[in-house]
This record gives sequence, C-alpha cells and structure tokens, in this order.
Amino acid sequence: MSLVLRLQEISRSPRDLVGGKAASLAKMAQAGVPIPPTVCVTTEAYTAYVDKTGLRDRILIELERKPFQEMRWEELWDASLRLRNMFLTTPPALDIRDEVVTGVNDVFPGAALVVRSSAQGEDSAALSFAGAHESFLNIRGRDGLWDHVLLVWASLFSDRALLYQRELGLDPRSSAMAVVVQEMIQGSRSGVIFSMSPLDPKRAVIEAAYGLNQGLVDGEVEPSRWILERNTGEIVSFQPPIETGAGSDGVSLRNAGLPLNGTETLEVFRLGRRTEMLFGSPQDVEWTYRDSVLIALQSRPVTTGQGAGDDRAWYITLRRSYANLLTLRDEMENELLPKMELEAAALGAVNLKSLSDDGLCAEAERRKGILDYWEKEYVDKCIPFAHGVRLFAEVYNDHVRPADPFEFVDLLHDPDMLSVKRNASLRELAQGIREDPDSLRCLREDHVESCGENVQKLLARWREAFGVFSWDSANLLEQSRQLADLLEAYISMGPQSTFESAQAKVELAGKFVETFPESEREYAAKLLDLARSSYRLRDDDNIYIGKIRRRFLEAEEERECRSLTVCPIGPLPQKPVSTSGSQPFTSEEQTGSPSSLFRVQARQIVGQPAGPGVATGKARVIRTSEDLFTFQPQEILICDAIDPNMTFVAPLAAGIVERRGGMLIHGAIIAREYGIPCVTGIPRATEVIHTGERVTVDGFLGLVIIG
Amino acid sequence: MILSAAALGVNALGVTKFRNVPEKCESVSEENSIEVEIKALLASQKFAVLSTQEENRPYTSLVAFAATDDLKSIFFATTRSTRKYANMAARSGTALLVDNRSNRSEDIRSATALTVLGDATEVPASERPQWAALYIAKHPHMREFLSSPSTALMTMIVESYLLVRRFQNVTILKINP
Repeated sequence: MSLVLRLQEISRSPRDLVGGKAASLAKMAQAGVPIPPTVCVTTEAYTAYVDKTGLRDRILIELERKPFQEMRWEELWDASLRLRNMFLTTPPALDIRDEVVTGVNDVFPGAALVVRSSAQGEDSAALSFAGAHESFLNIRGRDGLWDHVLLVWASLFSDRALLYQRELGLDPRSSAMAVVVQEMIQGSRSGVIFSMSPLDPKRAVIEAAYGLNQGLVDGEVEPSRWILERNTGEIVSFQPPIETGAGSDGVSLRNAGLPLNGTETLEVFRLGRRTEMLFGSPQDVEWTYRDSVLIALQSRPVTTGQGAGDDRAWYITLRRSYANLLTLRDEMENELLPKMELEAAALGAVNLKSLSDDGLCAEAERRKGILDYWEKEYVDKCIPFAHGVRLFAEVYNDHVRPADPFEFVDLLHDPDMLSVKRNASLRELAQGIREDPDSLRCLREDHVESCGENVQKLLARWREAFGVFSWDSANLLEQSRQLADLLEAYISMGPQSTFESAQAKVELAGKFVETFPESEREYAAKLLDLARSSYRLRDDDNIYIGKIRRRFLEAEEERECRSLTVCPIGPLPQKPVSTSGSQPFTSEEQTGSPSSLFRVQARQIVGQPAGPGVATGKARVIRTSEDLFTFQPQEILICDAIDPNMTFVAPLAAGIVERRGGMLIHGAIIAREYGIPCVTGIPRATEVIHTGERVTVDGFLGLVIIG
Repeated sequence: MILSAAALGVNALGVTKFRNVPEKCESVSEENSIEVEIKALLASQKFAVLSTQEENRPYTSLVAFAATDDLKSIFFATTRSTRKYANMAARSGTALLVDNRSNRSEDIRSATALTVLGDATEVPASERPQWAALYIAKHPHMREFLSSPSTALMTMIVESYLLVRRFQNVTILKINP
C-alpha cells in the first residue's frame, strides 16, 4: 500500500493508519467544508521507517533507561531532545524517504507546505492536547519536507506527549505517527473559532488577526475577540486587540479596521457550528481567509483546560515563544534580580539584636512575607525563562545536527555566572594563602587582623562580594575555621586551569550561525545570546533568592537564640538532625531484614550522562552542611541536588553524582564548567552509595559503578 | 539450515577438525558444512554468554556480539568500568557461548550450542571505525553506547569453535593462525 494517501483515500482508511487530524480533515472535506489540498503520510511509513533504521530499539532503550514514574519533567525533556536528535541524525532508509517525498511532491510540486502531526490518539473526542505534537508552516523543498516529516515523527515523543503518556495511550512499542501535509494557504486574515467557549457553555468565541495564525496560536499576536450567542451567532461583546505590532510571519497589522466584517464573523461562526454538527461535539477550528474564501485548516474538540488541578498543566504553560523570552530576560536582568539584591541588602541593614521581642516577631513575619513574594516571582518568571535554553537547544540541533544532542551546552558556558565567580574568588584567596602560608593559621584561629596584608585584602573582598549564602539552613563559610579548611583543600589541589575552551566556543558559535542563510544570521546570533542569558540568569537567580532566604533564616535564628517560640507567624521550624559521618542505610537495611539470607547491593546504576568524562574515587555523601566541610580533594561528590550555594566544593571533586535528574540542572552546569564527569538522576543516590566506597562515574554513558 | 555446503566452494580457512562420531560418517565437504552451520548460528543470534576469568573462577556476562565473515574474530562492547573488562585486561583468555535454544524441552535435542574459545583484547583505535561499523550494522541500537569514549570495542581472536548438536554431537573447528 502507498505510504502517501490522497484525500479520497484518507476517508476510506482506518483511523489508526492516518491519525486523528487527517481523519477529521477528510471528514470535513467530504461534508463540503473547504480545506486546503491535503495528503497524509501514513503510520505505516513511520512503522516501516523506525523498524528499518533500528530507531525503534533505540527509542525503547532511551525511554526505558529508568522507570517512567521516577523521571522528572526535566528528564522527560532531555529524553525527548535525544530522541529528536536521533530522528534527525540517523542515516535514513532511502527507499522510504524517497517514496514519502516523491508521493507528496507529485501532489504539490514546488508549493510551500504545512507539515502537521496526526497522531493516532490525537484529536479524538475523548482527548485533545493542543500542542502535544509538532506542526510546521511554510516548508519548502524536498529536504525541507523530509526534515519536517522526521521532526513530526519525533514529536510523537515530545516532552508534552511523554508527560501525558498515559492519557494519550502512548506506547513506544506500538504507537505510530501519521503526518498531514497541506498546501500552505497564504491567508490574509486568520483565527480560531470555539463553537463553545471553554469559559461559558452558552457562548461561542472567535479570535481573529491579520496574516497567518501562527503568531496568534503562539500568543505573540493579540487578536480581536468576539463573544457570540452560541445558538444564534448574535454578537454579545467585542474586544479589540490590546496592542498592535507586527505579525510573527512578517505580515504587518494594518490599522485599517477589524480583520472581520459582520458578514464574515457570521460565516466563521457558522463554520464552527457546522463542524460541531459534523463531529458531534463542540469544536475548536483554525481557519483562514484567502481573499474572500473561508478555509478550515484543522478542527479538534474543545477542551476545558488540561486536567484541572494537575501540575502538568503548569509545566505545559512554561513553554515560551522567542518574543516572550526576550521580554522575560529584560525583566529579570533589569528589574527582578537587581530588586532582589536591594531587598537582601536592605534586610541585612536591620540590626536584629537591637529589636525587642515583639519587634523581632514582626521582623520575622515581614521577612517571611518578603521571601514568599520573591519565591512566587521566582516560580512565575525565573523558571519559565529556562525555556530560553530549550528553544536554543532545538534550533541548534535542527541546524547543526551534532552527534551529541547536548553539544549546545558547550556554547553556553559563562565565567560570569555568580557561582563560578565566587569559586574564582575563593581560588584567588587560596593562591594568596599559598604565597603566605602563615595566614592559614591566623585565619583558622580567627585572628584575621594578624594575617598578611594581601590575604586580609582578599578576604575582605571575598566577604564583601560573596559572604552571605546558605544551604541546609546553615550559613556557609561564615566561620573562619570552615573557610580555612576549604582553602587548605583548594591549596592542596594546586593551581588549576580554569575553563579554557574560549576558542572552541567561538568556533562552535560560528558553526551554528553559519548554518543559517545570510538573512537569518542576526536572528541566530540573538537566539544564542538569549540562550546564554537564560543559562546564566537561571543559575544566578538561585543565589539571589538564597540571599533573601538567608535573611529570613537569620531572623529565625535570632528567635531561637531568644527562645521566642510563640511568634504569631508560628513555631520555629524543626532543625534537621545532623547525620554527618553516620551511615543510616546499611546494606542489611536495604534488603529489608537484618537477618535475611541475602544481601542486596547496587553495583551499577543508570542515570543521565550530564558531564562527559570518567572518574573513579572515594564517595563522599553530602547530606548536611557539615558534610560539605569534610569533603576531600578528588573525592566523588554524592548528593541529592547541588544547590548553587554549595558549589564551592565542586572544584575539589573528581566526579559528581546527583539524585535529581537533568542535563541542564545546576550540578550538570557546574560540572561541565569545570570539566568534571557528572551523572544525574540516580534514584536514592545518597542512600545506596556510602561515604568511603569506591565509585566510578561514567559521564559519557550516565553510569555509576559502585565497588 | 538451508544453505548448501557445495555452493561455498573451497574452504579458505585451513580448518582442522576433530569429531567424536565414527570416521566413516565424514564426508568430503564436512568442513564446509560445519563452517556454514557456525556462520548461520552466529548470524541468527544477537547475544552470547561471555566467560572471563576473575581470580581463579569464571565470570559470565551476556553480550551483544558480531562475528566477521571469515570466523576469525568476534566483537562485543563493554564499558571500561565493568568487571568483565578488568578481567579481560588481566587475562585475555575467554570463552563465549552462542546458542539457539527456545526454552522448551525439545531444545535438548534440537538446539545448537556453540562454544568459542579465544583471546579477547580491546580493538586498537586505528582499527576501530572499521569494526565498529560491522558491529553497528548488526546492532544499530548500540550506536550511542559504542560512540561513548568510555566504551571499549573488544575483539576475540578465535582459536576454535565447538559445535554441539543433537544433544551430544560435538565437532571442533580449529582456526589456523
């Protein structure tokens, strides 16, 4: 059977062969609704392709790396990026490629195309996930078509799809993806009709804007919005666009009135009603006007929010467009972070000791309020900004096709990251002490005034710039003894070369920009710049919020000193009991019974390869802040999650193992910065690995070998 | 086994054979027939049990393997942090079991098992691309694993094959160096 079906053939084919979107389009066409010229690349093409190229097995290996329920959302994104890269870089099965490309080209020779996902479970009445899979506009040429068919296939395993794996019925062993290819309609006005408003079942909603509707769907273009009576189409209210600008496709928004006149509004409304009758449920239809002809682009059931009360819906909203990310960067750099710094400084200026008990209670409460406020800002604005890196990652992989899908990270290294700068300052201090060995003693004994002049100066600079940070409810490196121990360890490491790949970085950046045509290179350079900001600011923001958190904890500590347990904000939090040096999880406990006949011990665990290289050394498990100061050079750092506030031990480590999984989390970033082998996403890392055990970290494959 | 031994022509290996079946049963094309059967088994199976030496006892592991067409070498991959790698680095003498059993009682007579004896060492960097291609052709899903700098591609230089058929029939195929 042909791998590419025409419209008449689609309507005669089973839904599993053509996917939900193609089936809906064929049904509309049959009923006489105008749709663009359409063909479908069947699921059979997908199946034959993944089997012939060996991709199916590789997909399974990637997704079965660890139990799905143990994967963090970040890890799903990482996995999805790897699979996307696999589809793009695997040598193609040429016969299938040629049949697909030729099949489509025969129908649309030389036309600009739209390439849309048509998954088997997608757009059914039971389930509609707008944006779980990918669609691409304005695709040209045989290579362009083939690349985007691959990208649509890969989007069967997008992070959104993996997140809703269960609901979508996604099974990597048997699921397949069909692809809808349409002629690109150069509509002059476009939009969406909800035949029933997701907010009010008595109303319908039309959104419309000039140009194509990609900008509208991405939220970059503000539409005109009509609310209509669902039964009659009578206009209930009208909302003009909030602001005007250029459409994302470059079609300028004209100031010449509204995109739809009264007759057209009614025509669009009728299209919504007609498709609702056709499919038997309220529909969300994308449409466009080519001259005066109304064309339906796709239709799917209206859904009212994706699983209300479900955190996954929040994750989906984190995905941001380029324009939105630029705005966020501006806000973070020029507003949020400077304000956080000022806030922490202002709090630091309040002398807690001079406050009355009531005053201290009030201050603690005030600080709690301030911390809560900034933590919310952090979640609302800082976390979504991480998508700057994600957007760049996809574009980089699409254009460069590297063997390593995380090669792009090497372009993002930034010596200006606060955590890196802080470590550089520590190194400088260590160097000062190396030249003036007596000063280590005076520092340890806390007689700083008797240290050498240079060391005093370096010390003052260090305290001034980086003195306030905390982790595990403790203020780190405030005590001179702790600082002296750490510096001694730094000194024993000898002078270290810092990250010296500036040249390689420039070459990689050049390689990336040159993959774009001349006219788009400026965009490429700006995107890289955005990604670098995202990488740096997302690391720095932890340090800024850490400073505010520290000021709140100081108030709490002062309460503790005064035994002020009855403040209105509530009792003092329980301090965690230090387990430093102890081994709460013995091998016997892991088996469940000390008298058991068997002893179970992990030997090799699979996680994520987050920093390339292999290292073997003694494990040092970090559970509390005190553990940090027992860290010896060349040990393997084992922890739950590396916080930017505890990174000062990282340069001492031969390798890093982290429970929290992800390729772009702080531990991974810092490991790459120092060239330290790193594996993340090792379940119960701090329990199954014990301090003193011999551990090998394989940062190429993401393996941790114990013993 | 569908291939005809006669179609293969002259045996290029210089094979010496020993059998525990009566002399009169042998035919002229015995070497070819054994060779064909071994090749077919090696081609049909993806996995083998590798035995290395740890201290004074054997240590077994399941590996995905690929064999060269001349039967002189068998390839498999391992990370350098594994026990089997450490064992082979210390003592290169290894054995490999390849079989086509299906976990049913009739396997006792119908399954074929092949014991391979030889020396395993890491493929030198200069030869790696060629043999990696051979390995990936059989195991395309191992592409990521093999491309890791921490993964060693191992080659076992085969000394002999012991083919066991119909329960107790054992034939030895020695590879002349």
